[in-house]
Amino acid sequence: MAACSVEALLAKAEQEEAEKLRSISVHKELDLDFDVGNLLASDKNRIESRDFKQQKKEDFLRSLARDNTQLLINEIWKLPTERVEEAIVARLPEPTTPLPREKPPPKPKAPTKWEQFAKLKGIQKKKKTNLVWDENAKEWRRRWGYKRANDATKEWLIEVPETADPNEDQFGKRIKAKKEKVAKNELNRLRNIARAQKVKVPGVGLVPTAQQSKDELARAVSVAKTSTASAGRFQDRLPKEKAPKTGKKRKFEPLIGDFSNERQKQLELLKIMDGKKPKLDITKAVNKQMREEDREEAAAKYKRGAGKRGRKGNMSGKGKGKGARGKGGKAGGGRKRAKPGKH
Amino acid sequence: MYLKIKQGVSLGVKPKTKRSKRFLERRAPKLSEDLKSAMIMKGGNTSQTVTQALKDIYSLKKPNAVLYKKKNITRPFEDSTSLEFFSKKTDCSLFLFGSHNKKRPNNFIFGRLFDFHVLDMIELGIEKYVSLSEIKTSKCPEGTKPMLIFAGEAFDTDNEHKRLKSLLTDFFRGPTVSAVRLAGLEHILHFTALDGKIFMRSYRCLLKKSGCRTPRIELEEIGPSFDFVLRRTHLASDDLYKLAHKQPKALKPRKKKNVSYDAFGTKFGRVHMQKQDLSKLHTRKMKGLRKRKGEVVEEQDGQEPKVAKVES
Repeated sequence: MAACSVEALLAKAEQEEAEKLRSISVHKELDLDFDVGNLLASDKNRIESRDFKQQKKEDFLRSLARDNTQLLINEIWKLPTERVEEAIVARLPEPTTPLPREKPPPKPKAPTKWEQFAKLKGIQKKKKTNLVWDENAKEWRRRWGYKRANDATKEWLIEVPETADPNEDQFGKRIKAKKEKVAKNELNRLRNIARAQKVKVPGVGLVPTAQQSKDELARAVSVAKTSTASAGRFQDRLPKEKAPKTGKKRKFEPLIGDFSNERQKQLELLKIMDGKKPKLDITKAVNKQMREEDREEAAAKYKRGAGKRGRKGNMSGKGKGKGARGKGGKAGGGRKRAKPGKH
Repeated sequence: MYLKIKQGVSLGVKPKTKRSKRFLERRAPKLSEDLKSAMIMKGGNTSQTVTQALKDIYSLKKPNAVLYKKKNITRPFEDSTSLEFFSKKTDCSLFLFGSHNKKRPNNFIFGRLFDFHVLDMIELGIEKYVSLSEIKTSKCPEGTKPMLIFAGEAFDTDNEHKRLKSLLTDFFRGPTVSAVRLAGLEHILHFTALDGKIFMRSYRCLLKKSGCRTPRIELEEIGPSFDFVLRRTHLASDDLYKLAHKQPKALKPRKKKNVSYDAFGTKFGRVHMQKQDLSKLHTRKMKGLRKRKGEVVEEQDGQEPKVAKVES
């Protein structure tokens, strides 16, 4: 009796379970593909157009949609859930369907000339504090900008230096110097942009400066001399003045004639093309070697500094580099190497 | 000197105010992109159907769409420059263009752009249309992330249908979110490809009690519903399509070293150890080997073996 009841109970429970599941389970020949991150499902099963025509169209579509939705909802309800402000939310995984981007990924910014140099020399950016102590105002002020500390432009009195012309406007001089600096900075910024975009910018050329160097003067003279209608051909020369450097004149081989010479040239060319050994460009190799050495030195110096400070890797050089680091920097910067000339 | 040079050079345009700088930054390419927004516009001639349909699609897509109210006399399949111009202007990379003429009555063009150039567009003709307002039921709130379902084997086999599926997914999927409120899952867009037609239906889903945790689903049509036929297509070349899918390296998950899985999903960790110092090994202690009082035993500084930690 008891055994019978147990069996009956089990059967009943099983049936109930099946009944419960039946309302939410859907049978499909092929399983659906889910991308739960996008709440997306795709049903690859073949749809019989016969069924479609026999039933009413809307009802057929709705029943198909219901089955598919049920499957998607089943999938979503399997996800881990949590409670956020009285609502139950399901954590969605990352979307898996590949979709095209809107714009191409951002390109890394091209390093400026200074950044290139700093990298070569192992110079690191130092974070400066925003506020500095202003001795005159006796308060903390911004380092830059409006109401900045130790503002030289705000002084109402400037001592005229002993060597300076007493009638010179010192205030005007200062303002002009500042404007020059800003303009120079802007020009460099534009040059950096041009270099990054690989645009050829014309050189600065000859610019008026207070004191021109010998090179600059020579260039100015040669430019002036060649700036005539006959490109400087009939220009007189001073005694002992060297002939101006002119471009090479192109020379062509005769069209017919020297066969042996031509043959030799062709053979040489073939030899180079055939040879596996790459041609050694000494200038390039030496430059490369020099850069390599510089970089290694910088790396070693940086490592030493880092070791002393007991810091690791890419920390900004907040702490004051002591001793070796500072000295090393100066030594590195001061040393100059003769650049091998082109040949 | 530099002042004089500067006057002649005009190369990099720098934003003059912080506001314009922020504006440009918002539009610049990003590592992980924002949600694509759509512009919905109509051509030179539109029928009542098309105008209403465009409005309905706009209401489905709403917070991330721009509805153009005026006519734009352009033909995307012949000349897409004006679309590209509008895309730049509103920073939209999806578009829906509706038009109506004798040759192609009630015409929709779904499309998307990559880097402000048309990637692919697909023309769909509306054969039957029921608007959102014609069906009198309670609607889903605006901006609900819809569940998208594609049915029919054409979406898996036919090339154009495949692209259409990708395009529609892109168009309607809504924002990428890390979590959803389960009770808020109520909007369903169902696309069925059958007999050369595409049926788009929009349903509201009612979660009924089923007796177990997962609810039973009942559907209620809310509109808009369309019967589309596929017309012209303009698909991106494979190269461009691939290029558009290229993800930056920074977004790819890093490969974890020394962790592997077998066929059953069991996690294995590889542990690297240094050579063990056997002189410190605790062995069985015997009376005869015990240290005596006077004896000095030299201490050895052996290094502890390094053991990589692996969670299991």
